[in-house]
Amino acid sequence: MSQIQNVSRRRFLQGAFGAGALILAARYVPAMRMNGYPTDGQTDADRATLHPNVFVGIQQDGTIYIVAHRSEMGTTIRTSLPLVLADELDADWKQVKIDQAIGDKRYGDQNTDGSHSIRSFYDTMRECGAAARWMLIQAAAQQWRVPASECSTELHAVVHKATGRRLGYGELASEAARLSVPKKEQSQVKTPSEWRYIRKGMTSVDLENLCTGKAMYGMDARLDGMVYASIEHPPVFGGKIKSLDDQEALKVAGVQQTVSLDPFKPPAAFQPLGGVAVIADNTWAAFQGRKKLKITWENGPNESYDSVEYKKQLRETAHKPGKLIRSVGDSGKEFPTGNNVVEADYYVPLLAHVPMEPMVALAEFKDGKVTAWAPTQNPQAVQAIVSSELGIPVQDVVCHVTLLGGGFGRKSKPDYVAEAAVLSKKLGHPVKVVWTREDDVKFDYYNAVASMYMKAAVDGKGKPTAWLQRSVFPPITSIFDVNAVYGDPPHLAQGWTDLPYDLPSIRIENGPAQAHVRIGWLRSVANIYHAFAIQCFTDELAHRANRDPVEYMLDLVGPPRTLDFTNVDYPNYGADYKTYPWETGRLRKVIEMAADKSGWAKKKSTKGHGFGFAAHRSFLTYVATVVEVEVTDDGEIRIPRVDTALDAGLVVNPEATRAQFEGAVVFGTSIVRSGEITAKNGAIQQSNFNDYPVARINEVPAQTNVYITESSAPPAGVGEPGVPPFVAAFCNAIFAATGKRVRDLPLSSNSLFG
Amino acid sequence: MIKLKVNGTDRSFDGDPDMPLLWYLRDVLGLTGTKFGCGIALCGACTVHKNGEAIRSCVTPMSAAAGSDIRTIEDLGANLLHPVQEAWMQVNVPQCGYCQSGQIMQAISLLKSNPHPSDQEIDDAMVGNICRCGTYQRIRQAIKLAAGKIA
Repeated sequence: MSQIQNVSRRRFLQGAFGAGALILAARYVPAMRMNGYPTDGQTDADRATLHPNVFVGIQQDGTIYIVAHRSEMGTTIRTSLPLVLADELDADWKQVKIDQAIGDKRYGDQNTDGSHSIRSFYDTMRECGAAARWMLIQAAAQQWRVPASECSTELHAVVHKATGRRLGYGELASEAARLSVPKKEQSQVKTPSEWRYIRKGMTSVDLENLCTGKAMYGMDARLDGMVYASIEHPPVFGGKIKSLDDQEALKVAGVQQTVSLDPFKPPAAFQPLGGVAVIADNTWAAFQGRKKLKITWENGPNESYDSVEYKKQLRETAHKPGKLIRSVGDSGKEFPTGNNVVEADYYVPLLAHVPMEPMVALAEFKDGKVTAWAPTQNPQAVQAIVSSELGIPVQDVVCHVTLLGGGFGRKSKPDYVAEAAVLSKKLGHPVKVVWTREDDVKFDYYNAVASMYMKAAVDGKGKPTAWLQRSVFPPITSIFDVNAVYGDPPHLAQGWTDLPYDLPSIRIENGPAQAHVRIGWLRSVANIYHAFAIQCFTDELAHRANRDPVEYMLDLVGPPRTLDFTNVDYPNYGADYKTYPWETGRLRKVIEMAADKSGWAKKKSTKGHGFGFAAHRSFLTYVATVVEVEVTDDGEIRIPRVDTALDAGLVVNPEATRAQFEGAVVFGTSIVRSGEITAKNGAIQQSNFNDYPVARINEVPAQTNVYITESSAPPAGVGEPGVPPFVAAFCNAIFAATGKRVRDLPLSSNSLFG
Repeated sequence: MIKLKVNGTDRSFDGDPDMPLLWYLRDVLGLTGTKFGCGIALCGACTVHKNGEAIRSCVTPMSAAAGSDIRTIEDLGANLLHPVQEAWMQVNVPQCGYCQSGQIMQAISLLKSNPHPSDQEIDDAMVGNICRCGTYQRIRQAIKLAAGKIA
């Protein structure tokens, strides 16, 4: 193993970040610089000649640096947000270079989750671009001694049309830099007819690197002198080491030492889980050393957690009166009884994120400061947790954001980055912590397991006269407050509180559930189980009434109106309700669009061939989805086609948006077919893609058509909203083809299908 | 001492012969385009070519790579983009991109043995390569596009 170490040190490890990089390593330096990863916290934009705000810098050679402060995990956000700024600046995209920001509160929020990057920063990007453009115009006007009002911009240049004069942005940068930055009301943003890039979009700035292996992920970060760490975590959440024998592990070639890590102090939040780290010369040696550890654990109170029992408990709780979340009409009265009452229980298990890149981070503690390189959705959370774990000021934690090999919400939680920082401080070297896939599956922040009880009393036409829905799930807030057992308003608002039906009596409740593992956000989060229950139950009622599911849904949604949440705790994804009201008219339109584009009216389900439908608003975006399935006699399910229509308000990058909705149905396919994490004796039973399968190329929809509504409404989310209606529509299609109702996910462990 | 060729360069290795080729490529040679995804040949992110055939480098010990000609994603894009890479860009396949080195290496291997694969044959060849972002539809399109370019 000494050979590896020598070769590594001499030739490669010193490469990308150290001085004197040799041949192969040198190949990587330009790629990383090209990706715009800053080395000292300052961005190229900060250092540029004209630097009107933190997001943009213009050089005298015409190069424009635009800062991407959100994390790139495949949504193209690293391109789409800078594109908005470039548009307002009338910048030539070919002369734009993207700087990836470190974690720094000067950029505002950097937690790339909740499908809100465009929504929250669209105006900021426009204003920042417009301010720079205003300064360039002023500089040119002064030089030409003409009123600024006579000047305008063309691609990357200011022009004075009356005299035909023209100055490039690079030529104007120094003069413009002498001017003071305009106030927001001084510089004007463009009108939509003047847009160059917004609504047209652009392919990812990383596209070629992504196809040539040059893209740099957290897994690819290297530092001179770094060691590799693989950590054996306590198998039960909250467990501690009772005894450790590392003698055999230390005999493994390449293993240097082991380090015991402290357990977290409840609540867990983003703290490392504790355990034993094996430190080695390379990743493989660290993995091998781990297998030789002999550890006994003190499992603690979560040892009794059993998913089979837990499911029964959730269901029992869901059958008892819960906490009232919203009431419409006389819902407090006793619920009607008799033949016209329909009841159903729906269930969704714990779900894991399993991004293709497992958790990984590189950190160096030096001179009292930490520099980390991590595939993180939330670099400011990295700063916060590393600061508190190491007892150093937040500003002494520099977090570089690499590309993410998938995130889906898991990488908003930086426990793995804190592990690398803690180990580096203990060892005095840079440390790269690499999780195995097994670690990723067993130590996730899972999407909550949830049980939903649905009940409706219907009239002669099958339309509900009274509606009751009660959900029970361990809340995400339990990672921050060990006593939290009820759903919190932001997550109940994800498709539960905001049932959009126009019915005389609606009662929405939530019951308590204690968490025994870490619960976290996963692509579309609580919308997954909420939309599944509501949209499938609605489909049940439609079929029971012999009515067309689309026509029935439109009947329940009722006339176009804005939902009234007076006296209801409805956070609306953190958005202002006046700007982003819940409009049933927009839901109706996407329903009609999906029905029209899929040819719904002409589709007749037959045995083995079914069409399913569902519609849902999440992350302020309205989506309706039609799914076609074929089911063979031996129960094999194919998905020939999906049609999904959406209204996400203004769409900056339509191509990237289509890709997100295509991906969402694949994500949803995994949830329906096989997504299930279970615990026994407190420990997670799944380990890798063998027992936590995700959808493969032969299992996903053969064709997904995405239809985007042209809209001038403010921009809403696109990363997540495709998932919830697909899950329900897929299950509804299975019913249409088989007559078997999917009430328990996934299919693989549902006795009707598995 | 294990001798092998990586992207046309002669290499020798005297470390643990059980070490998978993946970690030799990544940790020793610094060729990080080949990815770690599962470690047990279930996801295909680590796919490279051994003597022209797609293999999972995460379960190929160095002892089994001895004497072979290994090609990685870095070799493809070194000078000119491979038609499969061009197709991947044209169809705008990648989202996060982490699995795409493996997908591309697998697709090239497919097209070498079967220049005009049917949908079923594409599925059969690509079924071992997981894309969690869900770019499968575009992967299929890109393979068909590349098939036209190569033929």
